[in-house]
Amino acid sequence: MSDAIVMQNVWKAYPNGVMALNGIDLSVKQGEFVYIVGPSGAGKSTFIKMIFRELKPTRGKIFVNSKNIANLRERQVPYLRRKIGIVFQDFRLLPKLTVYENVAFALEVIEEHPRQIKKRVMDVLDLVGLKHKLRSFPNQLSGGEQQRVSIARSIVNRPPVLIADEPTGNLDPETSWQIMDVFKRINDQGTTIIMATHNRDIVNKVRHRVLALEGGMIVRDQQEGDYGYED
Amino acid sequence: MAMKIRTMRRHVNESFKSLGRNGWMTFASVSAVTVSLVLVGLFLMVMFNLNKIAGDIESDVEVRVYLDQSISQSEQDALATELKGIKNVQEVRFQSKKEGLNNLLESLGNDKKSFTDLQKENPLPNAFILKTKQPEQTIAVAKKAEQLPNVTDVRYGKGTVERLFSFIRIARNVGIVLILGLLFTSVFLIANTIKLTIVARRSEIEIMKLVGATNAFVRWPYFIEGLVMGVMGSILPIVLVMVVYRLAYYNLGGDLQQMFIKLIPYHTMVTNLSLLLVAIGALIGVWGSLNSVRKFLKV
Ligand SMILES: Nc1ncnc2c1ncn2[C@@H]1O[C@H](COP(=O)(O)OP(=O)(O)OP(=O)(O)O)[C@@H](O)[C@H]1O
Ligand SMILES: [Mg+2]
Repeated sequence: MSDAIVMQNVWKAYPNGVMALNGIDLSVKQGEFVYIVGPSGAGKSTFIKMIFRELKPTRGKIFVNSKNIANLRERQVPYLRRKIGIVFQDFRLLPKLTVYENVAFALEVIEEHPRQIKKRVMDVLDLVGLKHKLRSFPNQLSGGEQQRVSIARSIVNRPPVLIADEPTGNLDPETSWQIMDVFKRINDQGTTIIMATHNRDIVNKVRHRVLALEGGMIVRDQQEGDYGYED
Repeated sequence: MAMKIRTMRRHVNESFKSLGRNGWMTFASVSAVTVSLVLVGLFLMVMFNLNKIAGDIESDVEVRVYLDQSISQSEQDALATELKGIKNVQEVRFQSKKEGLNNLLESLGNDKKSFTDLQKENPLPNAFILKTKQPEQTIAVAKKAEQLPNVTDVRYGKGTVERLFSFIRIARNVGIVLILGLLFTSVFLIANTIKLTIVARRSEIEIMKLVGATNAFVRWPYFIEGLVMGVMGSILPIVLVMVVYRLAYYNLGGDLQQMFIKLIPYHTMVTNLSLLLVAIGALIGVWGSLNSVRKFLKV
């Protein structure tokens, strides 16, 4: 099966009763680039959190690399996350570590061999175009640069899937394009990318498959789709 | 799956860095453990000895039936049969006057020499030693034995034993309550210190979990921190126990021996108690730390 992610009739109710996802069916092929769009509160972040098991579905099955993670045991979750890169709107870098250390950290905590670490970190910093900043601290970088460090960290382990929740949400249009450039390179290497976004310009100019969520349901699934909202 | 040395070194580094960074809290927690363990140590020192003494006396709970010096062999045999017939008597053993004296001299230990003239003219009568099934049956057995012919005297140590036992019981209960209270306070303080260090590293833990670190990996440094604090807290109490028991054993020990009371030997006591204190300290520390790290792992 070459599907990176499959969801079958996935429902999510939060403990307070809010129904955030209402019967999602979907499959994403390895190497695809998918935008998740939709109004605020549509369930985009909930959808993203399901994939790396920050949340468990109330009902349904979620396959990541052909493995159902809906009822994955707690002990197995770390190994799932090693196969998924995750990028957030707010970067989440460690302020006391340099660029190099922030990226290396992701490999150290999964006990990668030191010789491997150095090579991989340099490769990935090269990919995001920050090799010359490796000794800088996060507060010495622009927002776009910080986000690129966080992307570097998320893919340094070469996960087959990268998920991003509004990665350009805190960035100006100019820097957002740098991020898209990095994503394109990662996608070109065969990595599946799923990106929740409110960025109409990007969705309309860099055409990929678009999934529109509303009220926790998929209301549109369109190859080379457009953003489709006027917000 | 053995942990890599490199990884272990990282955990140890992390925990000592954090112990240093939270210097004062570390100090407070270690002090709390120290205070608790000092009291635990002294308490256990006394309790272990009381228990041993009680045990010694208990195993000694027997009824001695002293015989008339002029008793004939057939009268003696008849008496033995009668004693065996008393309810709850488990064993009847004849102890000749010579045997009795030897036992006495033996129990006197080093002071034997001053009693050598006893051997010339043995004042002890022949006796039957009765063992009962339970210590509390001695009194009834003794009463019955007293009424038999040719019995001059009956001895048993019931009162002493009972008083000692009830004293031990009370001391133990009071001590346990006090000490549990102190131990919980120490656990709480350690848990709090660890919690502070965790809060300071919250985003770090979040990222670790995000990129796929196992819970065990996240937990290790905190586990080590707790362990180190607990073990450090046991150092002073162990030294104190060594000093105090040395003083007690070598100063009081001799006097007590005069009263046929033997304390637990110095090395046995100090070895066992030290191990126990380290173990309790480690347990407190680890318990406190794992307790507070648990909540932060649910990411
Ligand atoms: N932890 C939570 N507990 C309860 N309800 C929640 C929780 N998180 C989200 N929700 C609710 O679930 C629904 C979907 O939220 P979600 O965050 O997935 O939306 P979103 O599409 O990401 O929105 P946005 O574009 O604003 O980020 C909303 O109604 C939200 O209020
Ligand atoms: Mg969201």
